[in-house]
Amino acid sequence: MKRILAALFAIMLTVMPSALYAVQPDEIMADPAQEARARNLSRELRCMVCQNQSIDDSDAPLARDLRLLVRERIAAGSTDQQVMDFLVARYGKFVLLKPPVGRDTLILWLLPPLVLAGGGVALWFYNRRRNRAAANEEGASFQLTPEEEARLEKLIAAQESPEKPV
Amino acid sequence: MIAEAGHYALVLALVLALIQSVVPVIGARLRDPALMNVARSTALTQFAFTAVSFTALTWLHVTSDFSVTNVFENSHSLKPMIYKLTGVWGNHEGSMLLWVLILALFGALVAAFGNNLPRSLRAHVLAVQAWVGTAFYLFILATSNPFARIANPPMEGRDLNPILQDIGLAIHPPMLYLGYVGFSISFSFAVAALLEGRIDAAWARWVRPWTLTAWIFLTLGIAMGSYWAYYELGWGGWWFWDPVENASLMPWLAGTALLHSAVVMEKRDALKVWTVLLAILTFSLSLLGTFLVRSGVLTSVHTFASDPSRGVFILMILCLFIGGSLSLYAWRATTLKQGGLFAPISREGALVLNNLLLTTACATVFVGTLYPLALEVLTGDKISVGAPFFNLTFAPLFLPLMIAVPFGPLLAWKRGDIVGASQRLTAAGIVALVTMAVLWAWTKGGGAFAPLMIGIAVFVVIGAMTDIVERTQLFRAPLTTSLHRARGLPRSTWGSAFAHAGLGIALIGIVCETTWNSESIASMNPKDVVTVGGYQVRLDDVTQQQGPNYREAISHFTVMLDGKTIGILSPSKRDFATRNMSTTEAALLTRGASQVYISLGDAHADGSIAVRIYHKPMVLLIWFGPVLMAFGGLLSLTDRRLRVGAPKPAKAGKKAGALQAAE
Repeated sequence: MKRILAALFAIMLTVMPSALYAVQPDEIMADPAQEARARNLSRELRCMVCQNQSIDDSDAPLARDLRLLVRERIAAGSTDQQVMDFLVARYGKFVLLKPPVGRDTLILWLLPPLVLAGGGVALWFYNRRRNRAAANEEGASFQLTPEEEARLEKLIAAQESPEKPV
Repeated sequence: MIAEAGHYALVLALVLALIQSVVPVIGARLRDPALMNVARSTALTQFAFTAVSFTALTWLHVTSDFSVTNVFENSHSLKPMIYKLTGVWGNHEGSMLLWVLILALFGALVAAFGNNLPRSLRAHVLAVQAWVGTAFYLFILATSNPFARIANPPMEGRDLNPILQDIGLAIHPPMLYLGYVGFSISFSFAVAALLEGRIDAAWARWVRPWTLTAWIFLTLGIAMGSYWAYYELGWGGWWFWDPVENASLMPWLAGTALLHSAVVMEKRDALKVWTVLLAILTFSLSLLGTFLVRSGVLTSVHTFASDPSRGVFILMILCLFIGGSLSLYAWRATTLKQGGLFAPISREGALVLNNLLLTTACATVFVGTLYPLALEVLTGDKISVGAPFFNLTFAPLFLPLMIAVPFGPLLAWKRGDIVGASQRLTAAGIVALVTMAVLWAWTKGGGAFAPLMIGIAVFVVIGAMTDIVERTQLFRAPLTTSLHRARGLPRSTWGSAFAHAGLGIALIGIVCETTWNSESIASMNPKDVVTVGGYQVRLDDVTQQQGPNYREAISHFTVMLDGKTIGILSPSKRDFATRNMSTTEAALLTRGASQVYISLGDAHADGSIAVRIYHKPMVLLIWFGPVLMAFGGLLSLTDRRLRVGAPKPAKAGKKAGALQAAE
C-alpha cells in the first residue's frame, strides 16, 4: 500500500520507483539457514533512499547493494549482531528500522507504556473521586427518615404477599 | 468553458460555506428559526455546487482536455475510460476536490435527514461543518486549483502513474475519504455540543449512526487499500506501517474507541466528557493524516521546507481546528454534567478498557509516525521508525484487547459479574485451548507463538458467538424458540457479534500468513517446475502483448497439486512508455482462503525470467475479517433505535429551556 498511497498522495513530490520486487534470484545464498538469517536482517534494515521501506521490500539499487553486503558479512561468518553493528558503523542509526533505545529515542519507546499506565492511574483516581462524590451526594439527599423507612417496609411487605408483579 | 464553470462553481460553494458558517450561529444566538434554517438550504446547495465542480473536472478528464494542467499531467488520450474517471482523484488537486465533495455530502446528508435534531443543534453542527469546508475550499482555490489552464495546450498528456491504473484506485480513495472525512460529522456534533454547553444521551444517539457510517467506510477503505497493495506491488506484503498507512489507521483506532464510548454515553449517560474529546481527536487525526500526505512532509522535511505553500496552509488549518476545538473543550467541558455511575467490572468498565487500549495503540502509532519528523526538525538527527518498532509495541497492546473483547458483551451494565461471564465463556475457552494444542502438535513444536495467537483468535470468534447463543438460549430451548428469540434480538447485538468475530478472523489470517507463508524466488526457463507449499508450478511460456497504453510480457504458469492441474496463472509485467515505468501484475490462484501468488521480475538475456512464487495460507481472512466487521457495523446501523431516531429528551425540559424555546 505504501507505494500506491505514496504515488497517490505525493505524486508531484516524489520520484516513484518502479514496482518490481526486491530480492533477486542471483542474490540468494546457497545455505538456506544463512539465507533465512539474511532475510530476517533485511527486514530490520532501511533502504536509505526509499520512503520508509526495508531493504527486503525495496528494489532500489542501493537496497540491492545492502542486501549483498549483508549476505557477504554472513558468509564471512559474522553474527547477526556483528552485521548490524557493521552497517550502523557505516551508515549511521538511520539504517535501523527499529531505533535502539537511547537518550534521543526515550520518548519514542516510553510513550506507549506511559500512556497506558497514565491512563490506568487517571481512571483509578477518577473512579475513586466519582464514587466518593456519589456517596456524599447519596448520604446528603437520600437518607430516609424513620417514618419513610417504616412506610417502605410496609410497601415491600404488601408487594410480596400477593402474586408476583409482572 | 467547462473548466471555468467548474472553477466558478467551487467559488460559489465557498461563498455558500461562508454564509453557512456565520448565519446559523447568529440564528442560534437570537433563537431565530428562519436564520437557523439557512444552514439547511446552504448545506444542500453548497453540496450541489461542489458536485457541479467535481463533475466538471470529471468531464475534462473524460474528454482528455489537455489545456487543463491537471488533465495534462495525469491523463493520456489512450488511457482506458475507467482510469480516466478514477484519474480524477488520482492526483493532488483532484483528490482534494473529492475531499471537499465528501465533506459537503455529509453536510447535505445532515441537512436532509437531520429533521429530528433540535433546530439549534442542527444549525450549530452545519455551521461547524461549514467552517471546515471554508478552510478547505480556500486551500484548493489558493494553492491547488484543479482547473488551471495551460497557455499553449499540448497534444498529449503525461499519463497517470501506472501503479494507479488499477481498479483499486476506483474504490480505495473514495472509501477512505468517506471514512475519514465522515468523522467530520462527529467532530461537528462535538463542537456544537460544546458551543451549546449541553450534551445528553440523545446527543450520543444522534452521533452514533454518523460515526458508524464513517467507521464502516474507513474499515473497508483500509482493507481495500491493503489488498490492493498486496496484489499490485508484487511482493505479497499487505501492511507496511508506512506513515501514509498510519495516517489512515490512527483515525480508525480513535474512531473505533469513539464508537464504543458513544455506546456508554447513549445507554448510561456516562463518559460524556471523554466521548466529546474522542470525537474531536478522531477528526483531528483525520486532518493530521491529510496534512501528512498532502504536504509532502513525509517525503522529506527539506522538500517541505523548500516548497511550503501547501504544507503551511494545511498546517494552519490543522492548528486552527485542533487548537480551536481543544481550547473550546478545555473551556466548556467542565460545564458538562457527568452521568451514571458504574463499578470497574461492568459493561461500562469493559468499554473503558477498550478505550484505554485503543487510545494507547493510537498514541503508539502517532509517536512512531511523527517522532522521526520531530527529531529531524528539532535536532537534525535522522532515525527510522519502521515495521519492527510497530510490531513490537502495537501487538502487546492489541493482545489484551483481544482477550477482553468476548467479556465485554457478557458483562451487565453498572455492575458486572466477571465469574459469571467467565463461566459462560468456558466453551469458547475450551475450544481455544483445544485449537492451540492441536495446532502445536500438528506443527510439531514449531514455535508456540502462532498456535497461541490462533487460540486467542478462536476465543474471540467463539466468544463473539457466545453472547448470541446465550441470548437465544440455543441448545437449551427448543430450536423454534431460539429462532424466534434470534429474530427478536436487536440488530446492534448481531452487529457487535459479527464485528468482534471479524476481528478474530482477521487475526487468524494475519498469523497464518506471517507464520506459514512459503516463498520461492527463482530464475525459470520454460518447462521448469518449482515446488512451493506443496504445489508444483510449471512455467509454460512467455509472450509479448500490446495493451491500450502499455506493452506487456505475459507468462503462463500451470499450477499442479499431486500431479493434477488445478489452474493456469498468467502474471505479467507492463511497460508504460509515457512515464517510462513498469508495473507487475501478479496472478493469484485462490484455494479456499489460501492463495498461490506469482509475480514476475526481469527477463534475462538467456531467456530465463525471474519469478517469485508464494503460497499464502489463509491470507484472504486478513481482508474477510474487516469485511465482516463492516457488515457488523451495517447491521448495527439498521438497528431499530437508530432507524426510529432518538427520543426527544423529555426530562431535559426543565434543565434546558433553550431547547424547548428553539422548538
